Amino acid sequence: MQQNPSPSEPIVSLRDVQKSFGALRVLDGVSFAVERGEVLALIGRSGSGKSTALRCIDRFEKVDGGEIVVCGHRVDRPDVDLRALRQDVGIVFQSYNLFPHLTIEQNITLAPCAVKGMAASQARDLARKVLAQVGLEEKLHAYPEQLSGGQQQRAAIARSLAMQPKVMLFDEVTSALDPELTAEVLKVIEQLAADGMTMVMVTHEMGFAKGIADRIVFMHRGKVHETGPASILTSPTTPELMQFVGTGNLKS
Amino acid sequence: MGGHLNINHLMFLGQGALWTIGLSTIALIGGGIVGFVIALARISPLRSVRLASAVYVQLVQGTPLLVILFLGYFGLAAIGLQVSPLAAAGASLTLYVAAYLGEIWRGCIESVPKPQWEAAEGLALSRTQRMMKVILPQAIRIATPPTVGFMVQIIKNTSLASVVGFVELMRSGQIVNNSLFEPFAIYAIIAVVYFAMCYPLSLFSQRLERRMGRGRSNLAPA
Repeated sequence: MQQNPSPSEPIVSLRDVQKSFGALRVLDGVSFAVERGEVLALIGRSGSGKSTALRCIDRFEKVDGGEIVVCGHRVDRPDVDLRALRQDVGIVFQSYNLFPHLTIEQNITLAPCAVKGMAASQARDLARKVLAQVGLEEKLHAYPEQLSGGQQQRAAIARSLAMQPKVMLFDEVTSALDPELTAEVLKVIEQLAADGMTMVMVTHEMGFAKGIADRIVFMHRGKVHETGPASILTSPTTPELMQFVGTGNLKS
Repeated sequence: MGGHLNINHLMFLGQGALWTIGLSTIALIGGGIVGFVIALARISPLRSVRLASAVYVQLVQGTPLLVILFLGYFGLAAIGLQVSPLAAAGASLTLYVAAYLGEIWRGCIESVPKPQWEAAEGLALSRTQRMMKVILPQAIRIATPPTVGFMVQIIKNTSLASVVGFVELMRSGQIVNNSLFEPFAIYAIIAVVYFAMCYPLSLFSQRLERRMGRGRSNLAPA
């Protein structure tokens, strides 16, 4: 049932997704799709449902209705193989969530060894490789608390990369960082995009979204309110998006 | 009858003190093993397991240890199961300690921030792997100070085992007093010995707590 998607099929697709927290309807018929190699930015006000939509893709939230297909996995079904799904999907959080009791190297090698049965020496080589990708080779043996926020977030990205996911999810990954540290994290993400990684990101960095995203999904009150290429940020058609980008800072 | 406190009495008390330590160790190890199972059962994904373990904890915590000890010793004898005072005291204390340590440890496991679970889930680790490799190593550090603190309670509570005839420190004091009739002197000695066992543990627990309080840097084994 969970066959590999053919090249023409989207990596992630949501169709008419519904989700409520109690009486609050957070997602009200959300549909969008992400093609292989595409970068999709989910934007919108706080409470618009964008983070929930992202978390549904990795099934951190169960949906009430609709269909979600991720790399061939029917995520909306109760019998979805979560471990198989999460080997295909990498997720990076706002609060980094590195494991504080492990070194950066151990943080990275844990899942490849435990989940994929990779040999320790091979996993250590892999750790070096992915840390080089995020520019942190020298922090191999450091503990998370010895790193700055930006470094921790880059290490978290490296940890995710080590599982060689087919799609990466970024949940407001720079929201806890000051502008300087934000820049170093965004640079890493830009490089990933250039390397052809499929990505879905929830972000408040409008300038960044404009520069990197192939497509923008603007969410408003649990619905996809406007969607299109990055240019919709400079020439929005709905008054809500107009107001949103007007209040956001559009640096480019 | 009468006479004075001599070296033989003191040796007898010393032997009792050793049994207090022995019984405490049994209670800690037995209660620790069962308590660990209880802690995991309390957060099990299975509702029936959670419920059963919660009932166990409530039953034990709602019953005086003295009653549990009587049940263990006389209760089992009543249904034809002869147990030695040591076995009865060891088993009763194990059940008692397990309920408390189980709850303490459940709290410690749950106090590991939720995002740690999510990060481990996002990396496709199985529930067992998440528990063993991510959550428990962090929970153990959180659990150490309250566990050492609870050991003080265990040591003091072993004195109740004297009621089923187990000759630990308290019971040996009673026996010596029965021949000397110097309750004040003898129980003062007993109090000092208990204090000498417990106070270092209390200090150690406080030190551990302070060290934890200084923040995450101490989570990393330097």
